[in-house]
Amino acid sequence: MRRIAILLLVLLAPLAGHAQDAFEAALAGLGGGFAQQAEAAERLGMLGDPRAVPILRALSDGRLLRAGDGALLVREGDRNTFALTGAAAEISGAEPVRINNRVRAALRGALGRLSLVSPDQAERLAAAEAVFRSRAAENIPLLEAALARENVARIRERMELALAASRLAAGDEAAKRAGIAELGASASTEARAVLLESRAAAPALAAEIDAAVTAIDRRLAIRHAAETFFQGLSLGSVLLLAALGLAVTFGVMGVINMAHGEFVMLGAYTTFVMQEALRGIPALAPWSLPLSVPAAFLVAAACGAVLERGLIRHLYGRPLETLLLTFGVGMMIQQAVRLGFGAQNREVTSPPWMQGTLELAFGVTVTQNRLWILVFSLLVLGLTVAAIHLTRFGLEMRAVTQNRRIAAAMGIRTGRVDAFTFAFGSGIAGIAGVALSQIDNVSPNLGSGYIIDSFMVVVFGGVGSLAGTLVGAMSLGVVNKVLEPYAGVVLAKVFVLVAIMLFIQRRPRGLFALRGRAAEQ
Amino acid sequence: MKGRALYLDGVSVVFDGFRALNNLSLIVEPGELRAVIGPNGAGKTTMMDVITGKTRPTAGTVRFGEADLTRLDEPAIATLGIGRKFQKPTVFDHLTVFENLELALKAPRGAIACVKWRLSGEARDRIARVTEEVGLLARAHDPAGILSHGQRQWLEIGMLLAQDPELLLVDEPVAGMTDAETERTAAMLVGIAGPRSVVVVEHDLEFVRALGRRVTVLHEGSVLSEGSIDHVQNDPRVIEVYLGR
Amino acid sequence: MRAGLGAAVGLLALLPALNALPTDHALHVSDFIVSVTGKWICYAILALSLDLAWGYAGILSLGHGAFFALGGYAIGMHLMRLIGPRGAYGHPVLPDFMVFLGYTQLPWFWRGFEYFPYAALMVLLVPGALALVVGFLAFRSRITGVYLSILTQAMTYALMLAFFRNDMGFGGNNGFTDFKELLGMPLATPRARAALFYASLVALVAAFLICSVLTRTKYGRVLTAIRDAESRARFLGYDTARHKLFAFVLSAMLAGLAGALYVPQVGIINPGEFNPGNSIEAVIWVAVGGRGTLVGAVLGAFSVNALKTWLTSAAPDLWLFALGGLFVVVTLFLPRGLIGVFDRLRKGRAP
Repeated sequence: MRRIAILLLVLLAPLAGHAQDAFEAALAGLGGGFAQQAEAAERLGMLGDPRAVPILRALSDGRLLRAGDGALLVREGDRNTFALTGAAAEISGAEPVRINNRVRAALRGALGRLSLVSPDQAERLAAAEAVFRSRAAENIPLLEAALARENVARIRERMELALAASRLAAGDEAAKRAGIAELGASASTEARAVLLESRAAAPALAAEIDAAVTAIDRRLAIRHAAETFFQGLSLGSVLLLAALGLAVTFGVMGVINMAHGEFVMLGAYTTFVMQEALRGIPALAPWSLPLSVPAAFLVAAACGAVLERGLIRHLYGRPLETLLLTFGVGMMIQQAVRLGFGAQNREVTSPPWMQGTLELAFGVTVTQNRLWILVFSLLVLGLTVAAIHLTRFGLEMRAVTQNRRIAAAMGIRTGRVDAFTFAFGSGIAGIAGVALSQIDNVSPNLGSGYIIDSFMVVVFGGVGSLAGTLVGAMSLGVVNKVLEPYAGVVLAKVFVLVAIMLFIQRRPRGLFALRGRAAEQ
Repeated sequence: MKGRALYLDGVSVVFDGFRALNNLSLIVEPGELRAVIGPNGAGKTTMMDVITGKTRPTAGTVRFGEADLTRLDEPAIATLGIGRKFQKPTVFDHLTVFENLELALKAPRGAIACVKWRLSGEARDRIARVTEEVGLLARAHDPAGILSHGQRQWLEIGMLLAQDPELLLVDEPVAGMTDAETERTAAMLVGIAGPRSVVVVEHDLEFVRALGRRVTVLHEGSVLSEGSIDHVQNDPRVIEVYLGR
Repeated sequence: MRAGLGAAVGLLALLPALNALPTDHALHVSDFIVSVTGKWICYAILALSLDLAWGYAGILSLGHGAFFALGGYAIGMHLMRLIGPRGAYGHPVLPDFMVFLGYTQLPWFWRGFEYFPYAALMVLLVPGALALVVGFLAFRSRITGVYLSILTQAMTYALMLAFFRNDMGFGGNNGFTDFKELLGMPLATPRARAALFYASLVALVAAFLICSVLTRTKYGRVLTAIRDAESRARFLGYDTARHKLFAFVLSAMLAGLAGALYVPQVGIINPGEFNPGNSIEAVIWVAVGGRGTLVGAVLGAFSVNALKTWLTSAAPDLWLFALGGLFVVVTLFLPRGLIGVFDRLRKGRAP
């Protein structure tokens, strides 16, 4: 009976525009007897006015005082304020308001409800979750009031879900129907559970519930597919970064560089060194990751140039020997890093703008650093394409690739072009290392896992085609992630390897094949 | 030798939209020596690739006697009796002249057969004969890798002799040769031909004149003109293709 | 040359006998020397098999470690079955790791491995079958050169990942160990060590003879021809894919045999044996010794492993530099390996 009265009060209060009065009237009750206090607390809880929160908390902590004139004061440390206005109060002789267990229970309930309108977002979110779980029809007005003032989308969404669930728990059929329809419009596993749970209790609504569940399932499937797709693209972006440099050195020069993975690893260590070196310079420290990109490019490119001019140059036309030679070099680089930096993992911290997750439509969440790496990999691809197709160096590089002797006859210094091309490809590997330092362990054998994958990407996409490398990397990434739930991480990899072998059967020159005479070489 | 004809009808090869051969038809009678000429890109090498099974035609019929060459791979076509000489001499550098010829000799080609193979006196004689014919007797036990360019050419021709094919395809045999070498090579090819059918691809008209046989002119993947060297040289279309307008 | 080989084999054959001498005897050879030499002999068989594929047929396989490991796993399964109820869990049939992982019965592919002849057959057939499938696919599509090398590396990499899984039924990352006996002979006794040593030596000599005879036939010359100019061989009428497949499968079987002799000697087999690094290390043995010569392969296996054994105890940090350096030096300066150096020395010219 009393509940209904309160309910009416609450419902009428905002309509009548007397919220101020209702709040004031309810507040006064806190100074009365225990029964009065409990009722006042409940009313305040239902009113959904955030001003009540500190006052109820003070009462619960024994910091609510009653002055001689009956005015209520809140003690904050060594100063007092008027509960109603929040103005400072210089009143002595105020007595703490005492409460009993019944009042305490009422306070807890009221505070719980009021946290729906708390200024703290996390608190509001937690309250919405709690209300969702409790699923009581009596919370409906409270939720409506809270929704009216809520403007954070994420919290609104939870509150709407809670409201729908509460409506489903309501007595009358129309409210239930509304609740089912609203739950059915969501993409939440919890909503699905709530619907299934209520199915037994409401056999008359079974058809509606089933339809709603189906709708949710469809949305969940889309979300899952979208997330899998993003994970695939993310893996693909890593593969793309790792394979791009190889696409240049192998695809353009026909030199297989088994130390490619070690250049990636050097890029990751350059990032670590930059982070440590810039730690002491406050102006530059936040920029250590962006600054690592050119640094890693230069370090890896320099190593690549030395490797090409010093060793590989002597083995052109002998690809198998080049493979063995570069493998040996990679082994030495790895051991040198192991001795220099230790075998354990090195910590590279992500800048704040790369941390956290991003929520997209349907509750699809993506991590920021993965998203950045995806964007970054496409950027690097774009720059690589630009370097090859728009610059003088790229023109000479393509000329030497197509016909070395004619290029030399035209006055192109082929040796220098070779060195630059190799350095360029190695530099891209270094850049890949910067990105990998954000998601992988920075250790001496960071790169060794990437050479096979990168090679597969280049071969699958079509040797000599950067578009092929992009498509190859992304499709391998997505296929890997799609297979993973069915086959597990390891077997998914095995499947992909076998699939590529079979694919090469049908199209020995990859997806984007060069054909005709050029391909016969 | 029963003698089989090489028969190409409506053969097309398309690479990525580019027509290397376009509805090419050609018949080489048993025992005929045929010269195929044409400017660069006319499809001469592609035609060789199609006959030897290196390239599959997109459309058309390729027959050698009763055998459908489009269904066979290179080794099967080779064992059928079609030999091919490349433009650049390719021999096995780490094997001796004798061993190169031994491998070319007509014999079962399977792995087990090769393990079991023992050199008979007859085979030895035949190799010796071929070695003499191509003038490499003194170098029979030297690795092919240390031969001069010309000697490698002779060795490759010797390998074709040892292989004893019924149809011989020769790709630009005189590219980069002096006039004297060209003449000698022409004489050698005419000598080899004998009962065999030979198709010589060349774009050196003087060499073709030296051969003095029927000539087919290819242009943009199909036959432009066919007949004696004098006939084709006076064909206005051939003149246009070779000299331009 | 032939006399030198005979002498080397004779010297090796003496080792277990010298080991049996009293420890204070002047000619006594330590257990360590015998066991380490026994391992090298197995490596030499692996090197021979790789040389057949790479040195003769031009197939640079970076996956021979996988064939070696498969041979080892096949004999390991036999050794596991022989443990019987003596395992830690005392199960009459199932090996310990299966009991631990909750298997209730022996997986079907373990059937028959309790019989030595069956296991011995599998030592050859399993690597051979894998080589047949991979080789068939690769050679038929004319995958050669570095493509083939990376493909074989991917093969061993995939196998490594697969064997690390517990649900494969091969003991996961612990693999097989705690072997008790082989052919009724308790392992880890001097007698067993000597027996395995001699078995390996006999296998090495047999493998050497087989390869030597094979490479002297016309088939050997066909392989060389394919290595030098594959398309020419094809136009001569040789089905090069089949010839290469024959060599590759034979080579894989030899590698499997090497692995099967190796595992009882070291007493353990785990997925680490599939590590692509192992395969490529075997390649460098052959390269150092001199590819395309059988003596070179054996010589390379012994010398590189002797260096490894010495260096990994004397200066462990330097070993990988030395190994990497070997790759560089051999490819740049010694294309024919130690054999090439000896040849030039014999001819009286400075190397």
